[in-house]
Amino acid sequence: MEYIIIIISAVLVNNIVLSQFLGICPFLGVSNKISTSLGMGGAVIFVMALATIVTYLIQKLLLVPLHIEYMQTVSFILVIAALVQLVEIVLKKTAPALYQALGIFLPLITTNCAVLGVAILTIQKDYNLLESVVFAIANAVGFTLALVIFAGLREHLDLVLVPKGMRGIPIALVTAGLLSLAFMGFAGLV
Amino acid sequence: MSYFKDFKRGILKENPVFVMLLGMCPTLGVTTGAENGLGMGLATAFVLVLSNIFVSLMKNIIPDKVRIPAFIVIIASFVTMVDLLMSAYLPALHAKLGIFIPLIVVNCVILGRAEGFASKNNPLSSMMDGIGMGLGFTLALTLLGSVRELLGSGAIFSHSLVAENARTMLLFIMPPGAFLALGFLIAAVNRLKGAK
Amino acid sequence: MKKLESTFWNMVLVLFGVAFISSLLLGIVHKITKAEIERAQMVKQFKSVIDVLNEGFDNNPGKEVVMLLNDENQELECFPAKKGDKLDSVAVKATTPQGFSGNVTLMVGFLADGSINKISVLEQKETPGLGTKMTEEKFKSQFYGKNLENFKAMVKKDGGDVDAITAATISSRAFCDAVNRAYKVFKTYKSTIEF
Repeated sequence: MEYIIIIISAVLVNNIVLSQFLGICPFLGVSNKISTSLGMGGAVIFVMALATIVTYLIQKLLLVPLHIEYMQTVSFILVIAALVQLVEIVLKKTAPALYQALGIFLPLITTNCAVLGVAILTIQKDYNLLESVVFAIANAVGFTLALVIFAGLREHLDLVLVPKGMRGIPIALVTAGLLSLAFMGFAGLV
Repeated sequence: MSYFKDFKRGILKENPVFVMLLGMCPTLGVTTGAENGLGMGLATAFVLVLSNIFVSLMKNIIPDKVRIPAFIVIIASFVTMVDLLMSAYLPALHAKLGIFIPLIVVNCVILGRAEGFASKNNPLSSMMDGIGMGLGFTLALTLLGSVRELLGSGAIFSHSLVAENARTMLLFIMPPGAFLALGFLIAAVNRLKGAK
Repeated sequence: MKKLESTFWNMVLVLFGVAFISSLLLGIVHKITKAEIERAQMVKQFKSVIDVLNEGFDNNPGKEVVMLLNDENQELECFPAKKGDKLDSVAVKATTPQGFSGNVTLMVGFLADGSINKISVLEQKETPGLGTKMTEEKFKSQFYGKNLENFKAMVKKDGGDVDAITAATISSRAFCDAVNRAYKVFKTYKSTIEF
């Protein structure tokens, strides 16, 4: 039951992009087509789950016993950067098909603040390892959901006549605002 | 004179938020009020200036292939310093900005300037560039925060400007309002630039 | 100066050096700020306690904190304030899960006779501008000076005496629920020290 609450809350109620504002850069950057946003979403789900496990272990086995919790930011970002590189190398060698699909998105993920954000949030919320993984995956799914819906909207937006000053990013932001408004309807669900 | 140009560039012409669209997460996330926007902007500017100076000083002793991880360590160290100093001396603001303080690390403005400017220029121009970009970022966040606070709760810097029972547009201090307000602000900036 | 080549040892040495210097610096900053951070956190924690207690007590309520269970097996903190040896007022921290979007935590100050002195909201995630009005004195002050023995802490819609916040009945209900929880524990606390 707890897990279901974590999942619903992360995917719908407190959607990471639309109400927590993490991962906005890729949300605006790679959401022109549904297919690319699915690829990006897949890569984020993979990296976020992995990064959360590793940072969780670092926090519990290294930082807390040594009383150097203040090194959290430095160590987490380095681990995430290294992890992304590692995943890229391993995927390239072992699963070329998957690499073809996700590869180009991997370098972009290091500076995706959603990954670092979720890693820090799981520590703040004091989840255990399993809850952390569920939380990370649910957030990544929420990210993908927002990205894909938004890409769908933008594909249609291309066909609409928009006032000159609003073209491009401004109209995209207004659309995102309306989408976020729609997601507010989920408030109070859990 | 060229130092002044480095300084001026970030404020309007290449404003990190309105023109280059970098650092969107804190821009949208913390700007429920002018005060938060200003605090976040200054914290980011602090990190930006220091990381620009140090990256520029160390550009020759950092081998090319490991430059990104080295930059990340430098930036993350300054972010942690800001984090510690703020929680010691400005605990109220620290609590409000919350998770967005450690997330300054992944603010694309900072790594972008380190990689794009400081690693190619001398420390003094890098410092000016950092100050300019930092102020541009602060300006954008404070402006967005003011607009949202004014529309959403009828106040600026917590000074109420409307009658107590006046109905304000709450939407603007809620998440959707962040997107809407920024969208219209960028449209306004585009219009102004087009008019010139 | 010429740029260092990207040889293996150069890379290892430089990265190691950068990391070493940065952790050394952070260690120093941490040492300097540690005491101040702890003090700031203490102030934050106890400010709300002191705010809701009756003024003029001469003990340290933070040191005499008592944990009491309520009937739902929730542990509530009670901070007693004394004048001399006499109990003057008690601050009770109570949490309810019934908020519109998550927990609402209040610090409720009771005078020794059971009437409410002051209330402060420690945690709430209600809708901005609607439910968040529970933090304003305008709403809270209707509880002040009331004794829950003869003041029903329920919204009027449910047959109580509380004027709900407009368009935020659920948040108002949660607020009342937390106050009632605090009052129950206050009564338990009073009975334990009187006998």
